[in-house]
Order: sequence, then C-alpha cells, then structure tokens
Amino acid sequence: MRKSSVLFLILLCASLAVAASSSRWAHVPAKDHTRVNPRATQPEVVAAGKLVYSDHCLQCHKANAMGDGRKRPSLRSERIRTATDGDIEWFLRQGDLGHGMPSWSSLPEAQRWQLVAYLRSIQ
Amino acid sequence: MPVRTHHRIAPPTKHRLTYGLACVLASTAFFSAAFALGQDKPYFVTYSHDLEEPGNLEIETKTDVARPQGGNQYGATAVELEYGTRAWWTTELYLDGQATAQDSTVFTGWRLENRIRPLMRDHVINPVLYIEYENISGADKTILEFVGHDSQADLAGPNAELRKDHQHEAELKLILSSNVHDWNISENFIAEKNLGHDPWEFGYALAASRPLRSAESGRECTFCAQKFTAGAEAYGGLGNTWALTLRDTSHYIAPVVGWQLPKGIRLSFSPGFGLTASSLTRVYRVGLAFEFEQVGNWFKKPAEGAR
Repeated sequence: MRKSSVLFLILLCASLAVAASSSRWAHVPAKDHTRVNPRATQPEVVAAGKLVYSDHCLQCHKANAMGDGRKRPSLRSERIRTATDGDIEWFLRQGDLGHGMPSWSSLPEAQRWQLVAYLRSIQ
Repeated sequence: MPVRTHHRIAPPTKHRLTYGLACVLASTAFFSAAFALGQDKPYFVTYSHDLEEPGNLEIETKTDVARPQGGNQYGATAVELEYGTRAWWTTELYLDGQATAQDSTVFTGWRLENRIRPLMRDHVINPVLYIEYENISGADKTILEFVGHDSQADLAGPNAELRKDHQHEAELKLILSSNVHDWNISENFIAEKNLGHDPWEFGYALAASRPLRSAESGRECTFCAQKFTAGAEAYGGLGNTWALTLRDTSHYIAPVVGWQLPKGIRLSFSPGFGLTASSLTRVYRVGLAFEFEQVGNWFKKPAEGAR
C-alpha cells in the first residue's frame, strides 16, 4: 500500500513537471499572447536588441545564443520559433525565478521589444 | 602582564583620498573584462525588487559625506559584496568604515543580509523579504537606513567614544516594488531590534526612478540618455515600540541619478536634504558598482560544445 502511494506520488510529480515544462506558453494571458511587437518595423531594432542582449543575456545564453549546454537553454529553439512576440515579451517580463531566469520587468518595455526582435532575427 | 596599546590612526589626508581613488580606477581597468551589466536602481537607502542575477557578484561602494552640527566632517563607506545565490535569493556582505576630519579612520563593522522574493512571478506589487544581522559599532556613519529616534549628535562624537558602543542588531524589511510604464516605485518598511536590549525601532524608505530614455539607440554609447536613470528617495525614522512617532526622528528627501557605464560599471550620486532638526542639513552620497558575471563558472569546467 505504502509502495503504491509513493509510486503514485512520483508519477504525479513527474507528469506535473512534464506538463509544466511543455506548456510554458500556456500560462501566457490571452491579451499578452496576441500582442505584436510594436517596434518590429523600426530601423535598427535588431541592432538595438543585440545591444540589450549583450548587456543582459549574453552572460548566460552566450554570444551564439546556444546556452551553456547545462542549465542555460539555447534561444535558437523550436520553442522560441513557435512563440508569438507577446509570449516572449511576457516571459522576459515574468522570468522563471524557480529555474534561474531573472525577471526583466525592470528593463524598459521598449528594450524588451527590441530584444524580442533580435531573438526573432537569430532563429 | 600584557600591555594594551591604543593605535590611533592618522587623520585622512588629501593624498590618501587621491591614492584611494587611483586604486579604485586601477582595479576597474584590471577587472573590466569580466564585468556584466546589472539592473539595479541608483537608490542608496531604498531597495527595489531587483535581485542580483544568479551567479553574478556585484561589488559596490556606497559613500556618504556630511558634517553634523557640532561635529567634524566625515566620509563613511560601506563596501557591499552582493551575490545572486538564486534568481529569487540574493546574499550580501557589507564592510563599513569611516574617516572623520581631525579624528581618525576606523573600521566600524559588518552586516550580512539576505533578500528573498517569495513569489515567483512578476506582479503589480512585488514583495521581497529582507533579513539582516548587523555587528557594528556606534562609530558607524554609513547611514544605510534610518530607524527609531536619532539626532545629529549621534554622528558628532569622537570616534574613540563612539566605538565603545557595540551593537548586535537584527533588521527586517518588507520591500514592496512595482515597475509601471518604465517607472520603478519602491516602498520599504523597516523594523530593527538591538539583540541585547532596546525596543524595536521602525523606519521607512520610498523611492521612484526611471531611465531618461526607454529604448536603446542601436549604437553603442556611453554618454547617452538611456544610460542615465533619475529619480528621488525619501527616508526617515518612525520611532520605536515605546513611542511610535515622527518626533525626534530624522527625515530626508534626496534626488538620485545613476549612470550605467560600459563594462558593468555603475555610478550613482545623491544629495540628501534633511527635513527636520534631527536630520543632517545635507548628506552627499556617491556609489560605484562593478558587476562580475557568473563568478561560479570561473571554477567550473566548461561543458562540451558550449562556447
């Protein structure tokens, strides 16, 4: 009885973990999900986003945005390619403190959108 | 029979300050390759909900210069070592010292503090829990917070006398902070307890700031509007559990400006203006911060395939 309870708990935790990791964008509120990058068409937006990346993201995700092969994930991924602009901006704002990603809500919103444009450009 | 000697340290001179500044600049040049840019606000007393990025180490000096009524001019510096233990947890060690004109230069103690974000998501108001242990002497003049009742006389005595008072204190803060339309608005509620005796003492700190320009320009620059942050702080004491009042407390209003330089160097400046008779008339604060990126990785073997 005790063994089966433990097994059930392990399976439950594992399935919750899988669900959480596979549905990161599922947490994005609808109003954020549908947002389009208001700076996407501006000249130099990618260059500006690259500067923001260099200042704040490069140290973990590396110059090639491939991460460190350990805890810092690659940003050239299917997950980024399939996300909307709003998904990525929301995630930058929220961070994922439990998994080591800081919240970048302290960055001006304009810089977060410039960063979204840069991340799009390197896919 | 042991002989007790009293080492009196010579008063600070202009040359010493020049050498000190030269050392700071030399260290900056030496370490600059390893620096990263942080996201801290240019506040001196108020904390926002920005924590140190995990794995990063920030070394910051916070210096205040003032002249209390009936006392000599002094300069007090807190050297702050701030490490991002986790994305939701930052640990800091402070080492405090001061130099008073016509008196001496003394080490005044240390503080160890932790800041923890209990909520893993960003909200309209973000709480951070702050807990600190202080082991400082009465000669400490870094005034990183104001609590309880105080007066200018607390800062005016000779160092030899002030050092006799040794304080072991616990300090708790509730930090509430919001980012709204590129503005940061932060409120701190402070409770401090001398572990030996004395009642709980209370204080507050409020601040607001924003960058002068929101968007990056697309070209690297040093002296451009997006590298500057400006705002203001207000802080002061709220009495203690015996007398929760604004009487005999000091209160300040202080504009703040921060300048983010390349290679992870940040300069901040704030002139504070006393609002009550207990307050210093003016206190000038200067901060210089360096951020070292991912210090934990310096001791790790790089993963295969990672650059």
